[in-house]
Amino acid sequence: MTTSVDVVSGTDSPYALSHLDALESEAVHIFREVAGEFERPVILFSGGKDSIVMLHLALKAFAPAAVPFTLLHVDTGHNFPEVLQYRDRTVAEHGLRLHVASVQEYIDRGVLRERPDGTRNPLQTVPLTEAIQQHRFDAVFGGGRRDEEKARAKERVFSLRDEFSQWDPRRQRPELWQLYNGRHAPGEHVRVFPLSNWTELDVWQYIQRECIELPEIYFAHEREVFKRSGMWLTAGEWGGPKAGEETEKRLVRYRTVGDMSCTGAVDSDATTLDAVITEIAASRLTERGATRADDKMSEAAMEDRKREGYF
Amino acid sequence: MTAITATATATAAGAATTGAAATATGATAAGAAAHPAERFAALSPATTLLRFATAGSVDDGKSTLVGRLLHDSKSVLADQLEAVEAASRGRGQEAPDLALLTDGLRAEREQGITIDVAYRYFATPRRRFILADTPGHVQYTRNMVTGASTAELTVVLVDARNGVVEQTRRHAAIAALLRVPHVVLAVNKMDLVDYAEPVFAAIAEEFADCAARLGVPEVTAIPVSALAGDNVVEPSARMDWYGGPTVLEHLETVRVAGAPDLLPARFPVQYVIRPQTAEHPDYRGYAGRIEAGSLHVGQEVRVLPSGRTSRISRIDLLGRSVSRAVAPQSVTVLLEDDLDIARGDLIAPAEAAPEPSRDIRATVCHLADQPLTPGRRVLLRHGTRTVRALVRGIDSRLGLDGLTHHPAPDGLGANDIGRVTLRTAEPLPLDAYGDCRPTGAFLLIDPADGTTLTAGMNGDPAAGPGTAGAADVRPC
Repeated sequence: MTTSVDVVSGTDSPYALSHLDALESEAVHIFREVAGEFERPVILFSGGKDSIVMLHLALKAFAPAAVPFTLLHVDTGHNFPEVLQYRDRTVAEHGLRLHVASVQEYIDRGVLRERPDGTRNPLQTVPLTEAIQQHRFDAVFGGGRRDEEKARAKERVFSLRDEFSQWDPRRQRPELWQLYNGRHAPGEHVRVFPLSNWTELDVWQYIQRECIELPEIYFAHEREVFKRSGMWLTAGEWGGPKAGEETEKRLVRYRTVGDMSCTGAVDSDATTLDAVITEIAASRLTERGATRADDKMSEAAMEDRKREGYF
Repeated sequence: MTAITATATATAAGAATTGAAATATGATAAGAAAHPAERFAALSPATTLLRFATAGSVDDGKSTLVGRLLHDSKSVLADQLEAVEAASRGRGQEAPDLALLTDGLRAEREQGITIDVAYRYFATPRRRFILADTPGHVQYTRNMVTGASTAELTVVLVDARNGVVEQTRRHAAIAALLRVPHVVLAVNKMDLVDYAEPVFAAIAEEFADCAARLGVPEVTAIPVSALAGDNVVEPSARMDWYGGPTVLEHLETVRVAGAPDLLPARFPVQYVIRPQTAEHPDYRGYAGRIEAGSLHVGQEVRVLPSGRTSRISRIDLLGRSVSRAVAPQSVTVLLEDDLDIARGDLIAPAEAAPEPSRDIRATVCHLADQPLTPGRRVLLRHGTRTVRALVRGIDSRLGLDGLTHHPAPDGLGANDIGRVTLRTAEPLPLDAYGDCRPTGAFLLIDPADGTTLTAGMNGDPAAGPGTAGAADVRPC
């Protein structure tokens, strides 16, 4: 062999950013790109941890000016009351404007029908897409992360949707360097995912570093729950428990915040951010595998919902 | 300059990799055999991030390598593995097919191929990784370009039985064109050549030779078996002649981020922040990300394309004022003078500002199905600016067999790499891509429907830094 040999130094450059600083810088860059390129952007805000981190990043990106976006919440009618309180408190605190699209209203009008399994997550697609059309939003920020699910792993940071909000994975624009192409025809819009490259653990470490307040259901507390399809669901007026399902009081917390009918709690005694981070790092289950019933419906459940316009 | 770090012979390995071998032992003890809880417990929020891409031909075992990397680094959780096991059983396979971990779309699972770039995330106590998992088919050259455009490292896979083939040269050429700073050659399927050192050594040498001709700055060659797990995460007991790092160790220790002092600052203005509140009546900040180099308070800067100069009076780094900031930080810059500055402008050091020009000679990879033809009117996106542009000529097309340029007067088709001449409606401050990736890169966009047509690199990136000229991609 004639190749010369030279061992690469194992030390990082003193200029390398920490991974959280790198992710934060990238997300801020994405928010500012949208502010610069679009007319009517909106942030999907549910009061869940990912949307809370998104809002925090947007506040930092435009400080000391106000966030140049409004917020949109698709309310399934089965949301956790603590989360709705958090949502309204946050909106008031930052002087933001919140649009609410209500699944319950669509059901009451007879436009949507309750599913036999009582799950309302898939029902969010129609109110979401109609709200986008009605308000003529041209960029819609979502807190989706590529680590959540294998169909999400294929999602672009800027994801073009047609007038029906449909996602076509085979017709996605290639995303080169960090030159995001947001051009779209009237009626089309772009879904934007500033947290694409974050993992669940990154989100929690960032929440800890930035001292971001969360709804209390993310921390261990006693709650009336019952078991359905292997998950602890909160008992309540939304439709549980049914006959044969028994409630009990358990010490639990939530890893994700979604519709009460399909978001499971996990047994936990983690009452602090440190404890939550330790618990997540040790978990043998993914966030969605542990707590989302709707993703378990089929191997392509998320892909199929995304094609229809789900976020 | 090509620095080859392949420890291809036993003597070379023994002489030069004492340090690497020591870290290998440490990594194994601390990480590979540990439960994920212990791995993550050691994670501090201050670890760095490495973005890398994989490239390999259809049957080189790329999905298996990626699956092995995720699996052996304990990045696959129980429910994901159960899903893969169930899907594998459903297809009548006995062992779980690790490739199913990465094929996320219905059509991919049905056809058993990877169609589109997917991004994967995993972590070790030392570093976080973003993997752009790119398909290997010839017709997906554009996806390889997409993955390589943001990568700091590319892993090129070779089947040890076949050695360096046409597709390998293509992967090396793309890594060279896109100026990916580090290239790893993973010589896979060593189990099928009896873990023989001479087989690896010959392939490593041939690839190193090819990479040097293409202008790849650095190559590390590693013998692996993705199927059996040799040298991917765990060091192999069956190749004691190899003393270098495993793939994961190399990913953990390769140096990221350069020295920003060596590059002049480049700051494309994204958005002007003007609160106009009682508290901040006169605040006028230019929001953007430092794409190269560093900025400091007091620095004399030039604003392009107007050419006006001023000094930086303040830098806000997401909530606190700092005296200096470096790439790739997102910051807000305030200037001493009230200049007319808008989105699309570029702020650069007064003494090292790029010269705006309307005439561009570039190397491009065409992405869209409709061809790129002379006379075509397009939009050109550079930094935060989009301008109208005209394709004046297609100078040549790169033949991917011999990697030489051929005349291509009619245009470039999908996945073609070639040289073009463009004229823009307004002057643009482009750098040579070989000097500065973020400000040397651009996109061509269809003005009618917004389709991203073409990935562009100003100058001739494969010819090395500082050469926006016309040297050929040398054949290998």
